[in-house]
Amino acid sequence: MIEISNLTKRYGQKLAVDDVSFHVDRGEILGFLGPNGAGKSTTMNILTGYLSATSGECKINGIDILEDPIRAKRSIGYLPEQPPLYLDMTVKEYLGFIYDLKKAKQPKSAHIKEICEVVKITNVYNRLIKNLSKGYRQRVGLAQALIGNPEVLILDEPTVGLDPKQIIEIRSLIKKLGKKHTIILSSHILSEIQAVCDKVVVINQGKLVADDTTANLSHNMSNDHRYTVLIDGPENEVYRSLCGITGMKDVNLLGKREEGVYEYSVEAEEGVDIRREIFKRLAERNWPMLGLRSSEMTLEDIFLQLTKDSGGIK
Amino acid sequence: MGAIFRRELKAYFSSPLGYIFLGVIYAISGFYFWYILANQANYIQYVFSNMFTIVLMVVPLLTMRLMSEDKKLKTDQLLLTAPVNITSVVLGKYFAALVVYIIGVSSTIIFQIVLATFATPDWNVFLGNYLAIVLIGAALISIGILISSLTENQIIAAIGTLAISLFIWLLDSIASALPAGFEWISSIFSSLSFMTRYNDFVSGILNVSHILFFVSFAAVFLFLTIRALEKKRWS
Repeated sequence: MIEISNLTKRYGQKLAVDDVSFHVDRGEILGFLGPNGAGKSTTMNILTGYLSATSGECKINGIDILEDPIRAKRSIGYLPEQPPLYLDMTVKEYLGFIYDLKKAKQPKSAHIKEICEVVKITNVYNRLIKNLSKGYRQRVGLAQALIGNPEVLILDEPTVGLDPKQIIEIRSLIKKLGKKHTIILSSHILSEIQAVCDKVVVINQGKLVADDTTANLSHNMSNDHRYTVLIDGPENEVYRSLCGITGMKDVNLLGKREEGVYEYSVEAEEGVDIRREIFKRLAERNWPMLGLRSSEMTLEDIFLQLTKDSGGIK
Repeated sequence: MGAIFRRELKAYFSSPLGYIFLGVIYAISGFYFWYILANQANYIQYVFSNMFTIVLMVVPLLTMRLMSEDKKLKTDQLLLTAPVNITSVVLGKYFAALVVYIIGVSSTIIFQIVLATFATPDWNVFLGNYLAIVLIGAALISIGILISSLTENQIIAAIGTLAISLFIWLLDSIASALPAGFEWISSIFSSLSFMTRYNDFVSGILNVSHILFFVSFAAVFLFLTIRALEKKRWS
């Protein structure tokens, strides 16, 4: 459905996207993961025909975006990072304008009404976009992308700046849309991609780092051997005691959290479960353990691990 | 093109901009018309010869937001990723501005009708004058849209367009003021003159080459606008 091959984009000296290739099949939701400035938006802008690539090609439905842009764009709905809204229009006027702009074929008022119901903006239909909250503006942006019922939806960080409840709503909405559309969804939040996508492409500093199914990636990223522990006890002795555990790879004192209470990060060797042993040791010395949780993996960790495991870029 | 044209036209009147533009044009041209009436002259050309300066000043108001606002609001992302080509985006906006402009200068039609109730004005001269003011506007708006596409700041777009308008206004004076040895610059300047051509129209001469000059002037600047937008994608 979407075919990106050897895509490169150069801004003067800076290489924004460096030889990126991946593809998305019909009906898939692809997660496009990377830290800020990784080249996600640039790739999406090229894919939608807003920017041109320095080299490489993008095909939507077999149509090259450079060779036949109008036909290719007809099957794309794009929600850029900042929703492209005319603030001086009402939601009704705006969606009507988009409908005319895209020369959509569906019956106009029924089609717009249906989309408004899907993204839940019917109650602000007659209000000026200027007066809408961030969450509603995002939804109007999404509605805009859905007009004309395009086969491909490209959503650039659709949940940024929303409150937690709205994030959950938008995610479930995207999931629902994924049944009818092929979707590329960019984000810098790993858990978001895991919650919504079938496949994930990871990009860092313009380079492709991983291209895998979400299940595989999470499996490779399993993080059961790193914990953060909160212990009430003298720091030096606790530290030495933790270091003495068999299978312990690394102990770090993270800092003092309360009077006499310190936080440590511990890392066990691969495949060793040290949680019981930690508890036993602390119990022997009567140092209460106030908390134990597995460490969240940050994007940085993922890149480190991905680049380490594959011995470079895949 | 139709969708963009309609949106832009509406946008002029959903903000004060369109009303301010029309208000200024109506007020100043109305003043000159009052002057004719007060002097009991059947001479509409007096209004037209002064209109030239007015439109130079107010056209930047009309064009400043055309492209720059889209850049600022990032709605250019919407327009350029929609299944339309850049030419129709530019033309849609251009004609919207031109229509508002024509609504503005059409106050002269009413003046002429008022004159016709008291005297027998020469309608052919009027039509020539009217055509001239429309052509001047078409050329100036094309400059404005190009400048507007180069910046995302409306004020800069307005001032830039105004500066070029003033330069065009001064072309003849500069040409005649240049010292000896610069005759070639003088001849370039006077061959680009808007004012000489406009004065021909005002004095009742309908020269086809003048019409072609303004039309092709507008076409060149519209072409440059399209290229400027296109270029942004490649940089």
